[in-house]
Amino acid sequence: MMLIVLGVFVGGTAWTVLFSFTNIKIVPIFTPSEWINGFVGTANYDRLFHTDRWMECPALSHIGQADWQLQCRGALPNVVTYAVLSIILSISIGFLLAVFMDQKVRLEGMFRTIYLYPFALSFIVTGHVWAWILSPEYGLQGSIRQLGWTSFSFGWIADRQMVMYAIVIAGIWQGSGFVMALMLAGLRGIDDEIWKAAKIDGISTWRTYLQIVLPMMKPVMVTTFVIVSSGAVRIYDLVVAITDGGPGISSDVPTRYIYQNFSANLGQSLAASTCMLVAMAFILIPWIRMEFGKKG
Amino acid sequence: MSSTSITPIIPAGKKPKKLITTERVVVYSVLTLCALFFLFPLYIMVITSLKDIEAIRSGNIFVPTMHPTFTAWGKAWNSACTGLYCEGIKVGFWNSVRITGPSVIVSIAVASITGYSLANWPFKFSEVFFTILLVSSFIPYVVMLYPLVLITRWLGIFSTLPAVVLVHTIFGLPILTLLFRNYFSSLPQELFKAARVDGAGYWRIFFQVYAPMSVPIFTVAVILQITGIWNDFLFGVIYAGPTNYPMTVQLNNIVNSVQGGKEYNVDMAATILTGIVPLAIYFFSGKYFVRGIAAGAVKG
Amino acid sequence: MMKANSTPSVSVRGLALSYGAVQVLKALDLDIMDGEFLVLLGPSGCGKSTLLNCVAGLLEPSDGSVFIKGKNVTWEEPKDRGIGMVFQSYALYPQMTVERNLSFGLRVSGLPKEEIEKRVKRVGDMLQLGELLQRKPSALSGGQRQRVAIGRALVREVDVFLFDEPLSNLDAKLRAELRVEIKRLHQRLANTMIYVTHDQIEAMTLADRIAVMKGGTIQQLDAPQTIYNKPKNLYVAGFIGSPSMNFLKGKIEGSGTKAVFHLGNQKIPLNDYTPDAPIKPGAAVLGVRPEHIQIDMAATKATSDAYKAVVDLVEPMGSDSLVWLKIDDTLFSARVESNQHFDVGQKVNVRFRIGLASVFDEATGDRL
Repeated sequence: MMLIVLGVFVGGTAWTVLFSFTNIKIVPIFTPSEWINGFVGTANYDRLFHTDRWMECPALSHIGQADWQLQCRGALPNVVTYAVLSIILSISIGFLLAVFMDQKVRLEGMFRTIYLYPFALSFIVTGHVWAWILSPEYGLQGSIRQLGWTSFSFGWIADRQMVMYAIVIAGIWQGSGFVMALMLAGLRGIDDEIWKAAKIDGISTWRTYLQIVLPMMKPVMVTTFVIVSSGAVRIYDLVVAITDGGPGISSDVPTRYIYQNFSANLGQSLAASTCMLVAMAFILIPWIRMEFGKKG
Repeated sequence: MSSTSITPIIPAGKKPKKLITTERVVVYSVLTLCALFFLFPLYIMVITSLKDIEAIRSGNIFVPTMHPTFTAWGKAWNSACTGLYCEGIKVGFWNSVRITGPSVIVSIAVASITGYSLANWPFKFSEVFFTILLVSSFIPYVVMLYPLVLITRWLGIFSTLPAVVLVHTIFGLPILTLLFRNYFSSLPQELFKAARVDGAGYWRIFFQVYAPMSVPIFTVAVILQITGIWNDFLFGVIYAGPTNYPMTVQLNNIVNSVQGGKEYNVDMAATILTGIVPLAIYFFSGKYFVRGIAAGAVKG
Repeated sequence: MMKANSTPSVSVRGLALSYGAVQVLKALDLDIMDGEFLVLLGPSGCGKSTLLNCVAGLLEPSDGSVFIKGKNVTWEEPKDRGIGMVFQSYALYPQMTVERNLSFGLRVSGLPKEEIEKRVKRVGDMLQLGELLQRKPSALSGGQRQRVAIGRALVREVDVFLFDEPLSNLDAKLRAELRVEIKRLHQRLANTMIYVTHDQIEAMTLADRIAVMKGGTIQQLDAPQTIYNKPKNLYVAGFIGSPSMNFLKGKIEGSGTKAVFHLGNQKIPLNDYTPDAPIKPGAAVLGVRPEHIQIDMAATKATSDAYKAVVDLVEPMGSDSLVWLKIDDTLFSARVESNQHFDVGQKVNVRFRIGLASVFDEATGDRL
C-alpha cells in the first residue's frame, strides 16, 4: 500500500517534470517513444514566461532589480508578493504576540484560544468572511462612510493594485495565531537559567528577548519560515474565495493558473507546476541544512 | 558589625508594586486589541447571518440587528442555490461527511500500521523509504494533480466519491506515517522485545500493546485528518464530481451564485455552518489540536 | 575554618516563601561570614535552591529580609546586589563567543572598554580560558562551559558568589576536577561563596560550614566535621555519610556516665560517650557509622565491650568491604578492610566505638 503511494508521489512528480518538456495535449502521452517524439525542450517554459497572465513585466530591462516586484503583474509576481508579505508579517506579529503572551498574562488560555481559532477554519470560510467585510458597498468602507466619514476609502479587493494586500490581510488573520503558538512553544523551551543569568548580568527584559532569546530561537524560526512559506507558495483556496482571481486576473496565483490551464494549455501547466516544485526545493534548503547539518 | 545588630526591618517580603504599571497596561492592551482583531470576523459573520436582507442593505456592517432571525440559517441549510440546484448547503455537509469518514479511517489505519512497521521491523531499505516519505510530504500537491486525474480516470473512478477518498488518503499518508513512526520509535524498544519474548506476534503486539498506549497520537492524527479533509477545497472540486461536492465547494458555489441577487445573510450563515465542524473540534480537543495542526502544517 | 573576627557578608532574617498553602521556606535566619564558603545541602525540594534564588533576587520572598554587606537588599534588583551566580545548566548565551559571554553584562552596564578588556583578560588567565575566548559555547566541553560560567561571575568583581548545583551536569571525573578548581579559586579570592548541592562529598570537601536543609528549614549549621561526628538529629545523621549510619533501636537505663544502652539482651555502656544533652533513661536510638564498628575475628569469648553478632551478607567495595551483621533481629553494617574474609553465618565479636557514636532520643530524634 505504502509502496503504491510512494510510487504515485515519485512517479507523479517525475511524470509532471518530464512531460513539461513535451508538446503534451489534452490526450496525454505515456510511453517513452511518445515522450521522445513530443519532446520540445524548454518551449513550454518560454511560452509560460511570455504569458502575461503568468508574468508581465513592462520593459524589464529599464527598471532596477528592486522595482521588479512593484512593476510586474501576473500569477508569479502575485504569489511572490503574497509570500514575502505573509512571511514577514506573520512571523513578526506571531513573535511579538508570543512575547506579550510570555509576560505571565492572566487569561492566557483565553487569548490563545482566540488567536488560534481562525487556523481551524477552511481558507474558503476565511475568504468569504473577509470578502464580505472588505466588500466596498456594504462592508467596512460602506459602513464607515455611512457613519459620516464619507471620504473613507478601503476598496482594496476591487483595486487591481491593492487586491493582493487584501488577500494578505485575510491570510495573516488565519495564520499568525498559529505562528504565535509555535513561537510561544519556542520561548517556553528556553532554559529558565538563561533568564536568571541575564537578570544577574543586569540585562533588561527587552534586550534579553532581542539579543539573547531571539538568536536562540533560530530553529523555531527556520521551521516557522518553512511552514509559512510553503503554505504561501501553494495559496489557492483563499484567492478563489475572496476574489476568484479578480478584478480581472489581477489576483491570479500559480495554483489557480495551473488548474485552469489543464485543458487548454497542459504543457504550460506542467511547466508551471515544475516551477513550483523548484520554488519549494529552495524553501526547504535552510530547513534541510539545519536538520541534516547537525548530524554531520 | 555583629550579627545581632541587624534586625528585620523594612524592606522585608515582597517589594510593594503598583497594581497598574505602564508595562502591564501595554501588554494587556496589545493582547486585547489583537484579540478584537481576531474576533472581529466571527462577530461580523454571526450578526450578518442574523439580519434580514433589508437590514443589511440599509444598515451598518458593525451594528447588530434589533430583530435577529434565523431565517437565513434555514435557507442556507435547506434551500440556498448553488447555481445548479437549490437544496442548500446540507447536501455539501453530507457529502463532506461521506468523504471525510472513509478518508480518515483508511489513511489512519494504513499509516499507523506502516509507521509501526517502520519503527520496529526495519527492513533493508527502510531508511531510503523514510527519506522519500519525508520529502514527499513537502511536494506541493499541484505537481501531482494531473497525474492523479490520469490515474483515477484509468481506474474508472474519476469524478466519484472513491476518487476523492483515494486522493485524500494518498496525500495524508506520508505525514501520518511519519507521525506514527516517530511516536512508535519514542516508545521503549524493551516493550516490543518483552512482548516478543512473551510470544506475541506482529498483529497482536500492534493491537494489544501499541494501540492502547497510543491514544494521544491517534487523537492527533484524527484531528489533523478531519480538519484537513473537511477544509479541503481543491481535491473536492477536481476529483469528487458535482454530485459529491464537499461543503467548502458548495459554500463557494452558493456565495458565487447570482440567482436572485446576493443574499449576504444566507452566505454568512452558510459560511458559519461550514466552519462549525472544525471549530467544534478545535474547542473540544484543546492541546491536541495544536499538535495536530503543527504536524499537518507541512502537508503538501 | 571560620575566621576569628568575621562579620556577616550575607544575612537572612525571617525569610519565608510560600506558594499558596505550600511553604517552601519557613522563616529562615542565616548569617554567612565574610570570606566564608557556605554549602546549602539537602535533597531535592528541601528549599536550598529557593533560598539561593532569594538571596540572588531572582525570587521574591513572601516575608523576611536579605542583607548583603550589611545593606538591606530585599527590594533591590539582582544586578545591584553585588553578586555573581553560576548555574547548573551553565546558562551561557549560545550565540555569543566566550569573550562576549564574559563581557556582555559589563558592556550593557556601560563600563569603559579598556576596563572590560582588562577584566576579561584577568579572568581568562585565572581560569585558563585563553585559547577558548573566540569559541562559541557549543564548541566547548561541559567542564569548559562551566569554567566560562564561573568566569562570567568573576568578571563582575563582586564580593559574593552564588553557585546553584554547578557540577551536577558533569560526569564524575570532571566533577572532581572542577571541585578542586573551585576550592582553589576560593582560597585565592577569599570571597564569600554560597554553594547549593545535593552531593555530600562536594559539601564536605568545599565547605567552611554546611547548612543541612529539609522541608524549608535548616536542620544543622556547622563545620563539616561537626556535622559528620555530631549530627544534631536523626535526619542529619542519616543524610550525611556513605554508607549511611546504622541506627540501632533500644533503650537507655541509668543516667549520666553510668548510663547503659540496651540492645536486645546486650548492654552497651555509654561511659565514653560525649553527650550534647543530659542522658536520661528511655527509648533511644544508637547511631554508629559503619567505619566505627570493629569486628574482632580472633576473639573466642566476648569481652566486656564486645558483642556477639552473626555475619549476614558481605558487599566487597574495592578498597574495603561492607559486612552486614545481625545482633538478634537488628541488622547493621560494618566497614572492614577488604583483605579480611568472612563467611555468611560466621559468628564474630563486634566492638562499637562509642566515643564516635551518637545517641538520639527516639521520640524527638534529637542527639543526646
